[in-house]
Amino acid sequence: MWDYTDKLKEHFTNPRNVGEIEHPDGVGEVGSLACGDALKFMFKLDPNNRIKEAKFQTFGCASAIASASALTEMVIGKTPEEALKISNRDIADYLGGLPEEKMHCSVMGREALEAAIASSKGIDITKQLEGEVVCKCFGITDREIERVVRENNLTTVADVTHYTKAGGGCESCHPKIESIIAAVQGQTRQEPARRQKPAKRALSNIQRMKLIEETIDREIRPSLRTDGGDIDLIDIEGTKVLVTLRGACTACPSSGFTLKGLVQSKLREFVSDDIEVLVES
Amino acid sequence: MKTVYLDNNATTRVAPEVVEEMLPYFSDYYGNPSSMHYFGGQVEKKVVEAREKVAQLLNCDPAEIIFTSCGTESDSTALRGTLGSYPDKKHIVTSRVEHPAVLNLVRHLSKNSYDAAELPVDRKGRLTLADLEQSVTDTTAIVSIMYANNETGVVFPIEEIGQIVKNRGSVFHTDAVQAVGKIPLDMKKSTIDLLSLSGHKLHAPKGIGALYVRKGTKLTPFIIGGHQERGRRAGTENVPYIIGLGKAAELARLHIEDENTRIRAMRDRLEAELIKRCPDVQVNGDQTHRLPNTTNLSFEYVEGESILLLLSAQGIAASSGSACTSGSLEPSHVLRAMGVPFTYVHGSLRLSLSFYTTDEDIDFTIANLPPIIKRLREISPFGRSR
Repeated sequence: MWDYTDKLKEHFTNPRNVGEIEHPDGVGEVGSLACGDALKFMFKLDPNNRIKEAKFQTFGCASAIASASALTEMVIGKTPEEALKISNRDIADYLGGLPEEKMHCSVMGREALEAAIASSKGIDITKQLEGEVVCKCFGITDREIERVVRENNLTTVADVTHYTKAGGGCESCHPKIESIIAAVQGQTRQEPARRQKPAKRALSNIQRMKLIEETIDREIRPSLRTDGGDIDLIDIEGTKVLVTLRGACTACPSSGFTLKGLVQSKLREFVSDDIEVLVES
Repeated sequence: MKTVYLDNNATTRVAPEVVEEMLPYFSDYYGNPSSMHYFGGQVEKKVVEAREKVAQLLNCDPAEIIFTSCGTESDSTALRGTLGSYPDKKHIVTSRVEHPAVLNLVRHLSKNSYDAAELPVDRKGRLTLADLEQSVTDTTAIVSIMYANNETGVVFPIEEIGQIVKNRGSVFHTDAVQAVGKIPLDMKKSTIDLLSLSGHKLHAPKGIGALYVRKGTKLTPFIIGGHQERGRRAGTENVPYIIGLGKAAELARLHIEDENTRIRAMRDRLEAELIKRCPDVQVNGDQTHRLPNTTNLSFEYVEGESILLLLSAQGIAASSGSACTSGSLEPSHVLRAMGVPFTYVHGSLRLSLSFYTTDEDIDFTIANLPPIIKRLREISPFGRSR
């Protein structure tokens, strides 16, 4: 069992500011159902450019819910510029600390805050998080890893896994993570100004997963539902997307056809040209 | 606070009769069963009795029982012991949904000069026998398939599997840790060569297990040293725990009918009522071939750890296959192997009953679980999206 602080447990049991705001000034969404945790954070400003209302919705474990609840309390009354000074470490400290393995929950809070503030200025933050995918299991890019290493002064691969999940799956990226840590730690000693890497256009795995989920929700599910059926996403392996059918679809003889046609063409249109859809019976 | 313990597939309460039986063998009768004097002799007698009781539960000969320290040791003894006896056979067959005690051992071995086949399961967690027939060859030293799955409770067709293995001339091991005491077993009529069981899953303490070894089965010892267990498992006998396991086996034999009537009925009622009260829920695993005490449910849009902690605050103990509860970042390998959709894996909840579960426990859970799911869905960004 996790060693959670009383404050964390209290925020989990009685989360503050749950819900949505009508006409928010900024909205940030990070994570996805597939990854096991997701956070939607939004805020509204008063006439003096201070955050007067902040709300959240979380799908995740106790520390994810408590981190989001803490975040809303921390930002209210601050200007967006002041709020941006809140680091993931601040969120964890506010709760009296998080278990190391759960630090990624505070990172998720920090990322949602940034995304929300960026969105209030009309910027899509996901573009800035692009980079080369280092951890293929959880879709974490070199830029994300560099940042948590720098901001939290991390020194080991295990640290990086606790903060970002990167390296927590097949472990094949561990050497790469080690070299990122060495590079960042070396740089912070020698030259504080970090060399900017050119962003790659490719989607990270998380972005791809999210995009696939969104596309199924928006483009595919509604039309299946009108026929009394439904679709579930089972797995994504590279460009292969494994789905299955529910309800009326399972009995429909043309279902194999429907899916190949509908799902594949939609996913190719909205995600990438090389998507291949497999239907599990 | 009321406590409702519904995590009996993780571990069980030690039966009071078992504790009572064990206690004198710590400070009063502390002799070594190997000693020639009366002090050891009286202890040796009790170890013989315990072995007989375990043998009765499995309907086998007492000489076919080796006491071990736990289920994992039984599994390791079975696999390594068989591989050691057939040095020319370098192939192992197992399933993707095995307990880590088998799966991680097989994966470890397959990095060291062995080849392994992991059989897939279908959406209901069932094996396809045709896959097995294809996988087992002349070079297969051992086939290790669990009797019943610890997460879903799905029971595999063990005798049919055993027959296929036998026809191919390979050794058949089953990890029956979850099945013993819940399903009637008869080794005299079985095709099983090796069977692992664990004390703490059937109301004996943690730290004791056993391995059934069919007469005539070649088995190289895993722990080498003294003559104990006929040289098949060295080390001074853990006397009080062996006596405890014997008592637990005796009780299990008496309670097995209750397991398949009263406990099954409570499980079915719990499952049906929860499905009725919670929308967007599914049962994971085949409901026909299933342990009588287990249900594995998935609640969409919520995460398992959150469910467990809120249940725990109400005094209800359960478990989940969600990534956040595992200590690793990967969700249940069993549910993933079954192709349970992402949206359901993270919200999985396993409820497992025992002889000590009461109707009041079930009522209490039926009353307290649905509001928790509802509340978490209100927090979730996905909860109201449909």
